[in-house]
Amino acid sequence: MGVGIEVRGLNAYYGKHLALKSIDMTVPANHVTAVIGPSGCGKSTFVRCLNRMHETIPEASAEGDVKVGDISVYGEGTDPVEVRRRIGMVFQKPNPFPTMSIYDNVAAGLRLNGFRNRKQMDELVERSLKLSALWDEVKDTLHKKSGASLSGGQQQRLCIARSLAVEPEVLLMDEPASALDPISTSKIEELIFQLKQHYTVVIVTHNMQQAARVAELTGFFLMGSLIEYDKTEKIFTAPADKRTEDYITGRFG
Amino acid sequence: MHKPPESPQTLSIWRRLTNHTATGFAVVAAVLVIVPLLAIFVDLVMKGASSFNLAFLTQTPKPPGEVGGGMANAIVGTGLILAVASVLGLPLGIGCGIYLAEYGRGRSGDLIRFTADVLNGIPSIVIGMAVYGLIVLRQKHFSAFSGGVALGIMMIPTIARATEEMLLMVPNVVREAALGLGIPKWRTALSITLRTASAGVITGCMLAFARVAGETAPLLFTAFGNQFWNLKLNQPTAALSLQVYTYGLSPYDDWHKQAWTGALILIVMIVGAVAAVRIVTSRGKLKGAS
Repeated sequence: MGVGIEVRGLNAYYGKHLALKSIDMTVPANHVTAVIGPSGCGKSTFVRCLNRMHETIPEASAEGDVKVGDISVYGEGTDPVEVRRRIGMVFQKPNPFPTMSIYDNVAAGLRLNGFRNRKQMDELVERSLKLSALWDEVKDTLHKKSGASLSGGQQQRLCIARSLAVEPEVLLMDEPASALDPISTSKIEELIFQLKQHYTVVIVTHNMQQAARVAELTGFFLMGSLIEYDKTEKIFTAPADKRTEDYITGRFG
Repeated sequence: MHKPPESPQTLSIWRRLTNHTATGFAVVAAVLVIVPLLAIFVDLVMKGASSFNLAFLTQTPKPPGEVGGGMANAIVGTGLILAVASVLGLPLGIGCGIYLAEYGRGRSGDLIRFTADVLNGIPSIVIGMAVYGLIVLRQKHFSAFSGGVALGIMMIPTIARATEEMLLMVPNVVREAALGLGIPKWRTALSITLRTASAGVITGCMLAFARVAGETAPLLFTAFGNQFWNLKLNQPTAALSLQVYTYGLSPYDDWHKQAWTGALILIVMIVGAVAAVRIVTSRGKLKGAS
């Protein structure tokens, strides 16, 4: 089951540059929450702070109070590796491990964390591929084909399956469909809708229609600040802030 | 209706001429590279094959003046020395390359990179002398081990730099994918990044291996050579390159012929080893794997 996310006073830096300014945000469990905003507004940085991927960039750092379920993400003594294991991430560009088979791609997270039980691994791989709606397309070539041989849309669903296999509580998606064609995009969107039964999903998107289609809640970021955060319907029909209205009506960004 | 693109006939003669000239240069350059290589190999086969027989592969050298004998001990000695060199050079070289690519961004990385490049440029005989001072003088005798160490040291910088280059070609998104799954950084470097770059890393290792396999100078002060069988690491050992060197400089006609055969065997061994590694590592390659 998914868990909720509590963000209080989150600041993120690239070197000395302050990229996120004191973000407060509460993401409910088992919901899809979209993060929108123009390029460079900090929306990707924001989700990357939630699983401590932000600090893997040289000279980048973050501080603040982030609670994901019972984990204090930036708490003293919290192991970033453990955080990332429990909070899955799907990236903008599909990034399967190119030299691994489809099966090995999905099993990689389990195997490299010391999971050895073959039968259970088979079940988890099948379950994850079914959840990401890829199973029927790849079940006959699991061990024969490389992950890189799939089409872009299939690769992205493979990456989703790979994240799901380690059984995270939250799934972060950083523009998961921006590199895909409309048919693949709609498949991914359908999938996101299904996933919220089991997971809490936070999705960054450039595409406002996509946010409107998949998300129950939407947050609008601008220049490193969270301007407005509300029910998606409210954001798109009656935004409280003038800047949100300008953005969603296409007046800038 | 769209207009079709201009037909190739309208390309100017000048453009076609430059195109052919450029292609011509590339072909000539390729031929110039291949011809000497083939010439050496053909020469080796012609001069070396005549003395090749089963005895060459199974017997030790005969005393000067006696006809016959072989280089079996040198073939095994070369294998022994190269095994020591690989055990030392492969893990250290690859490990160093991983450090440079995945961790060595700061001053320490620059220092190691510089040291590796300098080490790469040091004449091989100097490395032999250094190992002589470090190991042979202390143990008070020549040995296969010291020869292997000398060659292993020569392998390290080549492998380290090749590994670094290959790892840096792995897109960062692949590392991010692994880290995002909660795989620790060291594990990501070994099981994901290195694995993704493995084809190139293996090529680098084979280049380093092939280069040191034929080295003679570093073995003069270390493995020293031996006319008899030796399988002990702490004893002086024959090596094909040393044997070819000694026989080539000798006044005996029979030894000259055997030197050619020894050189031929050495080349065949190196090509065989490289081919074997290629075959083994290309097995189980997946459909569509890059």
